[in-house]
Amino acid sequence: MTNALEIEGLTKTYGDGFQALKGIDLHVREGDFFALLGPNGAGKSTTLGIVCSLVNKTAGKVRVFGHDIDTNLADAKLNLGVVPQEFNFNQFEKVFDIVTTQAGYYGIPLARASVSAEKYLKKLGLWDKRNTPARMLSGGMKRRLMIARALVHEPKLLILDEPTAGVDIELRRSMWTFLEEMNREGTTIILTTHYLEEAEALCRNIAIIDHGKILKHTSKRDLLQQLSVETFVMDTEKELSEAPRLQEVTCRINDEGALEVDVEKGQGLNAVFAQLDQLGIKVVSMRTKANRLEELFIRMVEENAAEARKNVEGVA
Amino acid sequence: MRLDALWVAFYTIVLREIRRFTRIWPQTLLPPAVTMTLYFIIFGNLIGSRIGEMGGFNYMQFIVPGLIMMAVITNSYANVVSSFFSMKFQRSIEELLVSPVPNWVILAGYVTGGMARGLGIGVIVTALSLAFTQLSIHSLPMVVVTVFLTSALFALGGFINAMLATKFDDISIVPTFVLTPLTYLGGVFYSIDLLPGFWQGVSMANPILYMVNGFRFGILGVSDVNPFVSLGMILVFIVVLAFIALRMLERGKGIRH
Repeated sequence: MTNALEIEGLTKTYGDGFQALKGIDLHVREGDFFALLGPNGAGKSTTLGIVCSLVNKTAGKVRVFGHDIDTNLADAKLNLGVVPQEFNFNQFEKVFDIVTTQAGYYGIPLARASVSAEKYLKKLGLWDKRNTPARMLSGGMKRRLMIARALVHEPKLLILDEPTAGVDIELRRSMWTFLEEMNREGTTIILTTHYLEEAEALCRNIAIIDHGKILKHTSKRDLLQQLSVETFVMDTEKELSEAPRLQEVTCRINDEGALEVDVEKGQGLNAVFAQLDQLGIKVVSMRTKANRLEELFIRMVEENAAEARKNVEGVA
Repeated sequence: MRLDALWVAFYTIVLREIRRFTRIWPQTLLPPAVTMTLYFIIFGNLIGSRIGEMGGFNYMQFIVPGLIMMAVITNSYANVVSSFFSMKFQRSIEELLVSPVPNWVILAGYVTGGMARGLGIGVIVTALSLAFTQLSIHSLPMVVVTVFLTSALFALGGFINAMLATKFDDISIVPTFVLTPLTYLGGVFYSIDLLPGFWQGVSMANPILYMVNGFRFGILGVSDVNPFVSLGMILVFIVVLAFIALRMLERGKGIRH
């Protein structure tokens, strides 16, 4: 299968000497739903900025559907749709004009652009606002406008940088549904997000970047299998004031007053329930902790930071 | 991109520019019309009647070509500098940067947009001037070529200014401290024959003098300088500024990190 995106040895050093990317390699297969995760300043936006021509690279190769951005930039761009982190449209222009103008930049005549704009504005619930100046839209609508604008030329690869930042839960879920539908229809999607729950729910493959280096580049399934401990959240009939002492497992009371129990892989839950029963604690419902990816992410980033500190101390 | 796609991208940029300056017409179209009318009334009618003839024409007829050119120059420049800098400031320039539009089409689109405003204002000011004096055209090709090239030149200048600007102050420095003095000293209101020899020589170093006189020659048939030298100079400046602007776009000066 073709790669939608190939990155080899990509480096970026800014004018002030800060090295944002230290030779990263990355590939995203066609049809994938891919997450690029990392803490603030890790190099996520710089990487995507280079792919989208908003940032000049220092060295390395970038290919979009096989089109090298050094030798065939126009074809690479034709395959790309970009939803940036910050609102970057003219706030005084009308919604419909913003979307059709973007289509015009891709060489799509107004008649065809209007049809495409209508399709995506309707899908994203913005058709009623088509004649509204962008500044009058709510934050969530502005985010959806940027998605409609990115899709108007029907790109094969859609890049979203923090697409649901500052969006309420209901809207976030509807955006997830929309993106999943786009992906099912064949659009390759790459997103960066701070909501690891989002990456866990949507993406099939994941790369974790920190301090300009890729720490992990694998499938979500493989990544989650690395978790040796799974956390279960149990709602008890009576609220517990302190965590019970259980054998072979660790447990604690979380912020919501529920009991969280860490169970090692392969360990059964029967013993846990038997002990709770003996202590007179009745469990009324139970679920796995959703943000398993978050635990892995934090662990990897902390390990990387510790290693960096060790290296610095070694040099000193 | 194919040729037809390039054409669509080009006119998309131009239409967007036209939509912008017509949407804010009280800021873009009305002020030059009011200012120029005041010039016609004060300098042309009230003071001009006491000045008498200049270059063989009454003073009103003499200043009309210069005032038209002044309006074209300032508006061609102002349109591009404010529009492109606003796009940088709002980051909507990224819409263009992520698209496959080549740099020369971006430049051509903005310059044409600036020319649309500059020439549109030129037409408005010309129409207003007809309420104050009669104009006969000495050489229509000279009028058209000079005004088009001058408008293109100053739109290019506005583009470079916008690329270099990092704050709003930077887009008003050149119009205020360079463009306005050069225009006022470029023979809009007087013939350089009135100046002592030394100042005539200094005036010859002012590029706007050549544009105003080239245009005046097209309308009145009189000029302080050879009109073909004027055209040649404008063309040379256009080539140089276009080259600089394209190099800046290639390097992403002020628009790419």
